[in-house]
Amino acid sequence: MTPIVEARQFGVQIGGNAVLREVNLGVRRNEILGIIGPAGSGKTTFLRCINRLGDLEPSLSTTGTLSLDGTDVFSPGTDVAALRRRAGMVFAVPNPLPRSIYENIAFGPRLMGTRSRDRLDEIVERTLRASVLWDEVKDRLHTSGLKLSGGQQQRLCLARTLALEPQVLLLDEPCSGLDPISTAKIEEAMQELKKQLTVVLVTNNVKQAARASDRTAFFLMGEMVEVGDTGDLFTHPRDKRTNDYISGRFG
Amino acid sequence: MKQDNAIRLSLLGLAMSAVTALAVITTFILKEGVPVIFRYGLGAFLFGTEWKPTAEPPIFGVFAMIAGSFAVTAGALAIGVPVGLGSAIFLSEFAPKKVAIVLKPALELLAGIPSVVFGFMGMLVLLPFIRVHLGGPGASVLGGSAILGIMILPTVISISVDALRSVPRSYREGSFALGATGWQTTWRVTLPAARGGLVAAVILGMGRAVGETMAVIMVTGNTVQIPHSPLSPVRTLTSNIALEMSYASGEHREALFATGVILFVIIMALNTVANTVARLGKRA
Repeated sequence: MTPIVEARQFGVQIGGNAVLREVNLGVRRNEILGIIGPAGSGKTTFLRCINRLGDLEPSLSTTGTLSLDGTDVFSPGTDVAALRRRAGMVFAVPNPLPRSIYENIAFGPRLMGTRSRDRLDEIVERTLRASVLWDEVKDRLHTSGLKLSGGQQQRLCLARTLALEPQVLLLDEPCSGLDPISTAKIEEAMQELKKQLTVVLVTNNVKQAARASDRTAFFLMGEMVEVGDTGDLFTHPRDKRTNDYISGRFG
Repeated sequence: MKQDNAIRLSLLGLAMSAVTALAVITTFILKEGVPVIFRYGLGAFLFGTEWKPTAEPPIFGVFAMIAGSFAVTAGALAIGVPVGLGSAIFLSEFAPKKVAIVLKPALELLAGIPSVVFGFMGMLVLLPFIRVHLGGPGASVLGGSAILGIMILPTVISISVDALRSVPRSYREGSFALGATGWQTTWRVTLPAARGGLVAAVILGMGRAVGETMAVIMVTGNTVQIPHSPLSPVRTLTSNIALEMSYASGEHREALFATGVILFVIIMALNTVANTVARLGKRA
C-alpha cells in the first residue's frame, strides 16, 4: 500500500526563511501518526501544507513534493477546495462558525450541494456521535455553536470536519486548550475513527503522542529528525536530540 | 497624587467641552425651532406641501423638502452602497496587500475633498451630461444622488472595511478548511459575521447624505416640489436652511430653525439605529 500522505525532499520557505527542510515522511493508511517537537519546529506548517491552508500566507513557497493519495498537492491543477475536503483539519483553538451547532456541521455538506433535510439530519447525528458529543447536545442542536464549552466546541469542530468524509484528518494540537476529560473524549474518538481514515496528530504534548499515536515523528527546527513506531521511539530513540526532547531536557 | 487629580479634572473639563457644545447647539435649535412648529401646527408643518415664507400670511409646509431629502438620499444609497460594499469587500478580502496599501489612502483622500468641489464638478460635468443625454433641466434628484453617492463612499467603505477586518481570521480559516472557496467564505461566513458593522456603515453613510448641504444646493436645482421623476429638480431640508437663512427674519427664521429640528431628529434617529445595530451585531 502506498502511503496516504507522502513528503519527498519536501521543503517550505516563508518570506525567504526555510521553515521545513527536506522532509521525507510517509503517513500510512489507517494509522494515527503523532508529530511532536518544540514550538517553531515546522509541525503545524507541515500540516497546513497537506490541505494547502498554507496558501493563506502569500509568501509561502515549497520545494520537493507532497502528495495526498498519490496526487501532488501543490500541482497547479489541484482543486484546492476539494483537497481540503479530503484532508479535513481541526485547529488548535476551537473555531466554530457563529451559527448553530447543526449549521456548523451542515456547512460543508451544503457547500457540496446536499439539500435534503433528512440527509443533513443523518450527517449531523452520525458525526456528533463519532466525535462523542451527541449525548451532550442532541436537545439543543439549534443553539449557537459559540455557546458550547471549549472542549465541546472542539468536538463540534471535529464533527463538522467528519461531515466532509475526509480521507485524512489533520489535527493541529487539538487538545492544547482542553481539560483532561475533553482530551480523553477526543482521543477516544480518534481510536474509533482510524478504522475509516488516517489521522495526523500534531501535538505539543509528548504524553499525548505516546498515548494516542501508532507511530510518532519528531520535528526539530524545520527538520524531521526521526519517525518510528511510538513504542520504539519513546523507549529507544535513535537520535540523541529525540532522546533529549522526550526526556524533557528541552522544549 | 495631587498632580494626578489636577490633570484628571482638567481632562474631564476638556472632554465635557464637546458635550457642552452639543448641549448648547441642541438647546438653541430646539428653543428657536420648536415653538413655531406648535404654533403653526405639527401636522400642517410636516405634511404641508407649500412653502411660501414671504407670502401674507406665510405658509410653512416642509413635506416637499422631506420628500426631496428622502429621494436624494435613497438615490445616493442606491449608488453608493453597492459600490462602497463592493470596494470594501475587495479591499478587505481579495486585494493583495500592495493594492490595498495604495487604495485605502486614496479613498481617505476622497473624504478630504471639500464638498463645494464635489458640487462644482457636478455642475460642470454631471448636470450637462444629464441634460443632454437624459433630458430635463439637469439639476435634479439624479444629479444630487450621483454626487452624494460618491461623497458617502469613504464613510461606507472605511466603516465596512473595519467591520470586515474585525471578523476573526479563525472563522475564515475554518470555512476554507471545510472546502469553501474564497467567495463562498466571504458570502456565507465573513459577511454574515460583519453584518452589524455593515449596516452601521450604510446608516452612517445615509446620515452623511441627509446632512450634506453645499454640494446638494449646487446640483439639485432647489425647486420646492415633490419630485415626480429622477430628473425633477428638488430642494432638500438642508438646502432650505442654507438658501434662506441669510435673509430670513421673524417667523420665517424660526421656521428655518424648525426645519433644522426635523433634520436633527432624523440624524439622531439614524445614529441611534446605527449604534444599536452595530452593538446587536457584535453580540450575535
